[in-house]
Amino acid sequence: MISVQGLTKSYGSTDAVRDLSFSVDRGEVIGFLGPNGAGKSTTMKILSGYLPADAGEVRIAGFDILSQSLKARSRIGYLPENVPLYPEMRVGEYLRYRAALKGVRSRGITEKVEDALELCSIAHVRNQLIGTLSKGYRQRVGLADALVNEPDILILDEPTIGLDPGQIREVRELIKGLAKRHTILLSSHILSEVEMTCSRILIINKGRIVATGTPAELRERSGIPLSGSVRMEIQTANREAAEAVLTILQSLEEVASATVAKAPLAGSSSTFSWTRFEIIPSSSGDPRPGLFEEAVRRGWKLRELSGHESSLEEIFTSFVNRIPATTERNEEPKEAVNP
Amino acid sequence: MRTFWILWKREVASAFQTPMAWVILFFLLLVTGFNFYAGVSVLNHGPTEVTVVESFFNTVFFWFSFLLLFPLLTMRLYSEEYRSGTIEPLMTAPVRDTHVVLAKFFGVLFLYAFLWMPTGLYFLVFWWQTHLTSAGAIGAFVGSYLLLLLMGMFYLSLGCLCSSLTRHQITAAVMTFAVIALFFLTGLLSFLAGHVDTMMQGITITFSPIDQMTQFSRGIFDTRPVIWYLVMTGLCLFLTLQSFQARRWRS
Repeated sequence: MISVQGLTKSYGSTDAVRDLSFSVDRGEVIGFLGPNGAGKSTTMKILSGYLPADAGEVRIAGFDILSQSLKARSRIGYLPENVPLYPEMRVGEYLRYRAALKGVRSRGITEKVEDALELCSIAHVRNQLIGTLSKGYRQRVGLADALVNEPDILILDEPTIGLDPGQIREVRELIKGLAKRHTILLSSHILSEVEMTCSRILIINKGRIVATGTPAELRERSGIPLSGSVRMEIQTANREAAEAVLTILQSLEEVASATVAKAPLAGSSSTFSWTRFEIIPSSSGDPRPGLFEEAVRRGWKLRELSGHESSLEEIFTSFVNRIPATTERNEEPKEAVNP
Repeated sequence: MRTFWILWKREVASAFQTPMAWVILFFLLLVTGFNFYAGVSVLNHGPTEVTVVESFFNTVFFWFSFLLLFPLLTMRLYSEEYRSGTIEPLMTAPVRDTHVVLAKFFGVLFLYAFLWMPTGLYFLVFWWQTHLTSAGAIGAFVGSYLLLLLMGMFYLSLGCLCSSLTRHQITAAVMTFAVIALFFLTGLLSFLAGHVDTMMQGITITFSPIDQMTQFSRGIFDTRPVIWYLVMTGLCLFLTLQSFQARRWRS
């Protein structure tokens, strides 16, 4: 649905986007992730036909965004950052105007507008002036505008910015619902949001794509599958037995250090007392398979073996921090041109 | 064409949804009403050489409100959209730049025409009260209002151009006023020259709204100003389109 080849755009001497290439298939929900100023908004403005690129090619549903701009634009619903709207218009009036402008036939306008109002749960403010709406409602009016003509592609720039937690949840649910009918490209710098709503993630930093894949793939590629410690609960007869297990665990190759987090009560001789160990892995790899094998070999009874999967935050940081090396390398030719 | 009408309707509606149009209308009618009153009261002092229509369109009150009108009407057209960012949803919808430029121009032209319409009532009231026509012939009305429209087209298109250049409304208004004043003052050169030969008159008639109005409000039709204003309007709109398209390369 969207194909981007070698996209480059600079503002004066600063490069906003450099040689960006990616493609989005029908039905995908792509999260565009990056720190502020990474080039997310610029890319989205180019994709929606608002800004021309300095170089590169953008095709929307097969139409070139520059030479077949009207056809391409009529297939996009775009929600700009900060959602600019006409404050003097009423919600329903604005959506009818936008639907007509986007080529919805006169007869279908009322129906489409009603659908959009309903979908974004703003039907009850339809007669209110946009200028009097709160940020959350304005955001939803913007979203209703983006999807009022049922475009194939939705480009949403920071759809949940400035909303309260309840509204954020609503908008996320809405986007998930939309994913059935639309191809969606959304940007965010909130990582959990992207993880929750998107099937694929593009991490962008300083105008370049630094990683792409599903959250799981990114997790694997980042080399930090687990964050923090692994928790292991083993049945031990008593404290002494627990100490013995601890010694064995500490001697394992996968384990950097192990501690007893919750020991059975002193003097307890119950056969059903469990000891919980906190284990810090020695390498960046996952120690859990090794720990399980050890438990099997020694005949330990295991109740829990768990680790926290590394959050997208950690993965993101690991990718973004790799950038300086590549950036330096790529700036060399530029300096040669402008000594 | 459909796109043009949709945009045009929004331009007109938005003008009337904000208090601006009504405030302008109020003050315009206040000033022109006083102007008309002054024109009529001249008649109390005995016979004059000018008709009420001629005097109405040739006073300092008329020209003052006329010149102030354009910056006020046009300053927000593009600047407001640039500043508030609504230009972004507008231009990512499937609309052509020409649609937008023409819709904005004809939208504000409609508003301009609407503002002057009530002034026609003055002459109707005059006729109803005195059973006398306020001009020598019907051509004087047609001429005056036609010239008003033509001058309006040119000055409004100048305003469009200025507004399309900047995101600050005030800057747009000042630019518009400065450029219009420049054209207007050029027309006053003939007064400075004192003695006016035919050559000089030929030049100033194209520039001088005052000279043109003197003629048109007598019912004398001259094609030179008509063509001049139409051509200049076209030129200004063309330049507006260029400046509007250049936003893409500026930002």
